[in-house]
Amino acid sequence: MATHLILQKIFKTGFVSEPAPQADLALRTREQVLHAEILKIFGQSVAIRHVDAGSCNGCEMEIHALNGPHYNIEGRGVRFVASPRHADLLLVTGPVSRNMEVALKRAYDATPEPKWVVAMGDCGCTGGMFGENYATRGKVSNVIPIDVEVPGCPPTPLALLQGILAAVSKGRTTA
Amino acid sequence: MKIGEHDWHLDPLGKHIWRGRMEAGQLLALARVVKEEGGQLIALWGSDNRHLDRGFAIHAALLTSAGLAWVTCALPDEAPAYPDLAHIFPQADRMQRATFDLLGIVATDAVDDRKWLRHGAWPADVFPLRKDFDARLPATHDTDAYPFIRVEGDGVHEIAVGPIHAGTIEPGHFRFSVIGERVLRLEQRQGYTHKGTEKRFEGMDLDTGAKLAGRVSGDTHIAYAWAYCMAVETATDSQVPDRAVWLRALFLEIERIANHLGDLGYLGNDVALSFGFMQFWRLKEDWLRLTAKLFDHRYLFDCIVPGGVAVDIDDSGRVELTAEADRIEAEVHSLKAIYDDHATLQDRFTNTGVCKPDLAARLGLTGLAGRASAQAWDARAQFPQAPYDQLDVNMATQRSGDVLARAEVRFSEIHESLRLIRDLLTGLPAGNIHAPLKPVRDVCEGLGWVESWRGEVLVAVRIGTDGKLDRVHPHDPSWQNWPLVEVGILGNIVPDFPLINKSFNLSYSGPDL
Repeated sequence: MATHLILQKIFKTGFVSEPAPQADLALRTREQVLHAEILKIFGQSVAIRHVDAGSCNGCEMEIHALNGPHYNIEGRGVRFVASPRHADLLLVTGPVSRNMEVALKRAYDATPEPKWVVAMGDCGCTGGMFGENYATRGKVSNVIPIDVEVPGCPPTPLALLQGILAAVSKGRTTA
Repeated sequence: MKIGEHDWHLDPLGKHIWRGRMEAGQLLALARVVKEEGGQLIALWGSDNRHLDRGFAIHAALLTSAGLAWVTCALPDEAPAYPDLAHIFPQADRMQRATFDLLGIVATDAVDDRKWLRHGAWPADVFPLRKDFDARLPATHDTDAYPFIRVEGDGVHEIAVGPIHAGTIEPGHFRFSVIGERVLRLEQRQGYTHKGTEKRFEGMDLDTGAKLAGRVSGDTHIAYAWAYCMAVETATDSQVPDRAVWLRALFLEIERIANHLGDLGYLGNDVALSFGFMQFWRLKEDWLRLTAKLFDHRYLFDCIVPGGVAVDIDDSGRVELTAEADRIEAEVHSLKAIYDDHATLQDRFTNTGVCKPDLAARLGLTGLAGRASAQAWDARAQFPQAPYDQLDVNMATQRSGDVLARAEVRFSEIHESLRLIRDLLTGLPAGNIHAPLKPVRDVCEGLGWVESWRGEVLVAVRIGTDGKLDRVHPHDPSWQNWPLVEVGILGNIVPDFPLINKSFNLSYSGPDL
């Protein structure tokens, strides 16, 4: 019975996925040191490990939203994985709390080369409202090297996707 | 105000909110009386008042039959201490430990005096929330040794999870002791997202404070921003225009629906019904996009400001939002029929992660998880602030306390919130959406109390003579509810933990501060 209702709902809903946005190369912060050859291989698909290094959980809401049907990220070769050892790219949110500093560094070290790091949200890019204090190290680049910054509080899923595509698609305009 | 037989000399501080000062010994007696009459401890925090020549202080917010009582006990400059409250209200345990880590105020005779928010970032004899704390203190990076409670015996082994988890969730550590797949014990270690939020408030102007309050836990932005503004407006004795108050309630219900839709999707996902995830997240995304179209932000960030709100809605917006509420209502109805009918989902939800009503009452389970375990508290229904006093909110409750009950409460609350949204849009008073705050002349205090989608959010504020924030304490309902996740998992299998955890969907950033 449930199967019947599910199929009915799926057909009634139809496709809601939208076309892919362009990579926003303006978000890049450092020149890629990687060979064009490697980019050709990895640029077609990217495995992301998200690390919340002290976020207020606002950015996490938009990462969840990005996994929804409108954005169809897996159809574009973008997927979230469970371990940094499986990842091409670390997506880091939050001002880096001192209590997460060691864990973030370890996740970075555990991510195999070649790798990219995207700092997400105003806190990840600048320290945001929390800044640097006894409990936080501020922006992500204070702790690990980053490739792309996606500002916003929080950045929309579309802006986030553009930032991810910018990180992995040097010289190309779409993934 | 009388609680039990005794008059506790509490003065009204706002609607259903009372304020009192007493000796630390009296606090213990008050806590006992509140417990006896079926009340709860909601929040416990400290403050350094030495710059006001008042030593230190311990504050408690207690839910009583007459409303919320905020009581303060002055403590001496040297060796500040108060009697342990955790033996009466177990939910006090972590709050007491955090109060020590941040202020060095001791809960005398507390059974558990392990550190909580402090890991290795600052030394044990330094207290960041003291006014004489040296912010330039270099980080110590001590090794974070934490004495977990060990379970021993044949075949018992530990599974350590986190702080970084496999999914997109906030960081925290879970230590499972298991036999085979069955969980014998779970112990949580949190504080990973501690970012000095309370210290950051100090010296901040009132408008910026609202922005920071909204970022204590981003998924509860509106509730925090409203509670903070309510506290500031009470402290400064300022009036907020009716239209602004109604718009705040509209935002709060929009936030509740967005979160409940997302959670119902993830609950489907966690029992391998990815159809449920895709459907509910389609609805949530539509909801967020309409919110952004009407109010310029998908999550309404910074839409609530001291003195009112920053955005208004026009007639065409009202029509559009009402139409969307109708559509979401019908869609959720059809998805509920599928969830009800889906054998695997029902099998996984039922009797999983059970918190029985008596245990929930004893440990202080609150908010939506509390209502799923027969803890019939909803500030919007029992102690309504404006405009809820004119809306007659129907509280959703369940008794079984399992994942299914928490899902059912969410379904009911979506429908009730959609009804409230229609009523708010229909009855929205005309007029201004903002009025300036009265100027601050002396040290003043206020408390805000808002029923967020997760449970009650409290923000206590003290403003200094310079008109800047002197002390702000935001309280998240996750403080009380996290220990119930430790209890709810007992006897369940490890693979059900993500489902149980998601059914509570608690905040890490909120209590980590």
